[in-house]
Amino acid sequence: MGPLSETTPQASADAALPLLRIDTVGKQFGGFTAVDGVSLDIKAGEFFALLGPSGCGKTTLLRMLAGFETPDTGRILLHGEDVARMPPHQRPVNMMFQSYALFPHLNVRDNIAFGLRRAGMPRAEINARVAELLALVRLEGLEKRRPEQLSGGQRQRVALARAVARRPQLLLLDEPLAALDKKLRDSTQRELLALQRKLGLTFIVVTHDQDEAMTLADRIGVMNAGRLAQVATPRQLYEEPRSRWVAEFVGDVNIIEGRIETREAGRLRVTTQGAGALTALAPRHLGDAADVCVAIRPEKIRVSQRAPAQDFAAGTINRLEGTIANVSYLGSVSSYTIALDGGATLRASLANAARVSADAYAVGQRVTAWFAPEDCIVLDR
Amino acid sequence: MSARRFAAMSRFNVASLALGLAFLYLPIVILVIYSFNGSQLVTVWGGWSLRWYTAFFNDEAMLTAAGTSLRVAAVSATLAAVLGTLAALALVRGERFKGRTLFSGMLYAPLVMPEVITGLSLLLLFVALGAERGFWTVTIAHTTLTMCFVAVIVQSRLGSIDRSLEEAAMDLGCGPVKAFVAVTLPLIAPAIAAGWMLAFTLSLDDLVIASFTTGPGSATLPIRIYSEVRLGVKPEINAICALIIGAVTLAIVTASLATKLSSRRGGNAAPM
Amino acid sequence: MSARNIFTRPARLAAIAPYGWMVLFFLVPFGFVLKLSLSQVVNAQPPYLPVFDLGAGWQVLFAAFSALSLDNFRLLLSDNLYLMAGLRSLTVAATATALLLLIGYPIAYAMARLPRRWQPLAMMLVIVPFWTSFLIRVYAWINILQHDGLLNQVLLALHIVSEPVVWLSTDTAMYIGMVYSYLPFMILPLYATLSKLDPALLEAAADLGSSPLQSFWRVTLPLSLPGVGAGALLCFIPLVGEFVIPDLLAGSDSLMIGQTLWLEFFTNRDWPVAAATAVMLLLILLLPLVIYDRFQRRQMVRS
Repeated sequence: MGPLSETTPQASADAALPLLRIDTVGKQFGGFTAVDGVSLDIKAGEFFALLGPSGCGKTTLLRMLAGFETPDTGRILLHGEDVARMPPHQRPVNMMFQSYALFPHLNVRDNIAFGLRRAGMPRAEINARVAELLALVRLEGLEKRRPEQLSGGQRQRVALARAVARRPQLLLLDEPLAALDKKLRDSTQRELLALQRKLGLTFIVVTHDQDEAMTLADRIGVMNAGRLAQVATPRQLYEEPRSRWVAEFVGDVNIIEGRIETREAGRLRVTTQGAGALTALAPRHLGDAADVCVAIRPEKIRVSQRAPAQDFAAGTINRLEGTIANVSYLGSVSSYTIALDGGATLRASLANAARVSADAYAVGQRVTAWFAPEDCIVLDR
Repeated sequence: MSARRFAAMSRFNVASLALGLAFLYLPIVILVIYSFNGSQLVTVWGGWSLRWYTAFFNDEAMLTAAGTSLRVAAVSATLAAVLGTLAALALVRGERFKGRTLFSGMLYAPLVMPEVITGLSLLLLFVALGAERGFWTVTIAHTTLTMCFVAVIVQSRLGSIDRSLEEAAMDLGCGPVKAFVAVTLPLIAPAIAAGWMLAFTLSLDDLVIASFTTGPGSATLPIRIYSEVRLGVKPEINAICALIIGAVTLAIVTASLATKLSSRRGGNAAPM
Repeated sequence: MSARNIFTRPARLAAIAPYGWMVLFFLVPFGFVLKLSLSQVVNAQPPYLPVFDLGAGWQVLFAAFSALSLDNFRLLLSDNLYLMAGLRSLTVAATATALLLLIGYPIAYAMARLPRRWQPLAMMLVIVPFWTSFLIRVYAWINILQHDGLLNQVLLALHIVSEPVVWLSTDTAMYIGMVYSYLPFMILPLYATLSKLDPALLEAAADLGSSPLQSFWRVTLPLSLPGVGAGALLCFIPLVGEFVIPDLLAGSDSLMIGQTLWLEFFTNRDWPVAAATAVMLLLILLLPLVIYDRFQRRQMVRS
């Protein structure tokens, strides 16, 4: 790594310490709390995504990691060293900007070499590194172009090459794919992943796009109103959301409010207003409150004209009767809105496995919707 | 889209544009033509001649005044470019600071302030300070006026620059000053250059403020021209005016060509 | 949205030099004008009393303070010459501004309607004359308007008039000079607002049944009012204090306030009255200046 490596040996020797530790970091602007006591550990080599709606504080957190904002409270430990008050140009951290922030007066080559020159790298080494990076992002032959002569995808790759040129210990990406159109985004996601594995860098990406976060990240931190709502793998986040807000923010979900009647043998009996009594698996984290809500993902709901009677009798299946109120054909799946006899509405999505679907339901048809207790997520209201 | 907009130009639009431009340019063109008039009488055409240009280049007093004007303009424009750029930086990047309202007020007011007031007030300051009036007092007065124009020009350019560019430079290892020099300065350089040119021509042009703040022996060109013009039209003045117009036109054309060239340079280097 | 701390501090440091410069060479001098307007003229160097000498001790300074008086303002208000000059300045500036608006608006409107790629050229053509000297532009009109000048020659040759018309030293000449000199100041703000106007708005108006003239009256004009205000103020304020144009082109029977100031200062060498005139002029301009400042700030907030 040569002159760019700023790792202190004794710090990296401490195996227990993560690469980055964010310790109760908070930031206010005027009276507005942008980031509220966030704590988070990130391991070396990890691809981490900060996901949240706009204004949730994810960009502010990222800018504090880069050094453009100074936290009001808390510490940011990089290899155990507090960098919270270190100016951006001294941090072994680089950032890829949402607008790419390519210098319009410099060509591709000089943009990529910018950080290397600042580091005082010898000219020959810079040339070699730039050539290597151009090959890495497949921009050979374009090194003399100015940013305004590049396509959106090419600009994105220049920004990426520039940001990884110094081999930062931590690369921050602010909405890296937001400016690209849908088709390009999918292929660029794969490239980004491949690049991260190849270079073995630690990536933190900020995004409001959950598909992007799930495709890219090893772990996702969901932020809401300045706090981390949940940190988990994409699968956990979707299948085991820890709060109603996370369940509703990530993916599509049916929420039915109710009261816990009985708790026995790891099962809960929840009576609801609009959907009768439901059986659900008791989750590990749940408060003592009796008022809860039951969350069921639409694709977990099965729909048929007749329900499997004996399973229902054994109490192992939740079975609800209703009428199809609306059908949306979406290609790979169809989404059905079912008006339950109890008054609630359920959305179910069924894969269109065959071209001529035998079990496509029409509006007004009577159906039975059923789902397993394991597919019910019980959450505090 | 542009085709539709062009179709939307009515005859009235074309006529007003043509008449407007004619109104703006005809007097100047006539002035330049008459500067080549060989006749002693200003209004009678006596054939093409350069005699009034030779007359100017033999007029010691006029040449001295022109030299003074050029020196004042060069020094004050340079001072104004530096101070105006700093002021623009403070206004765009400084957010809210104590006395900001007063600061921006002081920068905008001279743009519209009648020159007689600016001139008189500066003269009184120089008298009170006991400063000897001459080259430097005129230069300071012109700097005060023209730095405001520079500030406005640079401010609008600076405001349009994405701040993450400078952040990116810092992220890539530049300290705040180095980031400014390496990234922001090249980007606002055209605006600073335009500001310098405007300051230069405004200084070269000014009669009123210079009349108040100058001292004996430091008459600028406009002061000389003014005292001649009051006595009536003189062919030699035509020649001087034509020279100034020529110089300004040359400067503007050069500047705009340079801008065009520098923006096109990248385009030719890379085959599309 | 956020306070960008890393930029704010250096930017504030950058303010120090220009701030100090403007306080010393713009703000403080007004104090001297104010003080001088309360002083008395004497035949000396400098030609006024009292002179504040900070080294002379408190008593002398106090005496100097008590010597200040409002006599100069009483003179200005009692002498018809000054009142007429003030009134004339306002009417001349208002008339010239109205003329500028009438002439500048169609030009700016046509510029905004040009194809996009021609607009920068048109803008440059309007700006270029502004770069050539102010004095030269006024002088160019003297050439044309004088007794045996080009205009009269043309009019005579076309038999429109039978004998030369007196153009020079009339208000007509002055207004021509004013419109000519200030036209870019009027066109540019007008063009700036008109060119930002979304053409879809006019299409929507037409779609909703308004004729081109109605569209202009109901959509274009109201939306261009900020430009009209900016252009009018940019022209009106300096025009009130204008000196060169009326001095060279208008007759000498009635003066504008800038001319009386100049006269008092350079010809009569009555510095205190000149200063009092400057204070008066400033007071007259205070209202439009405040409006202009408000306007500027609103523009800044918007952009």
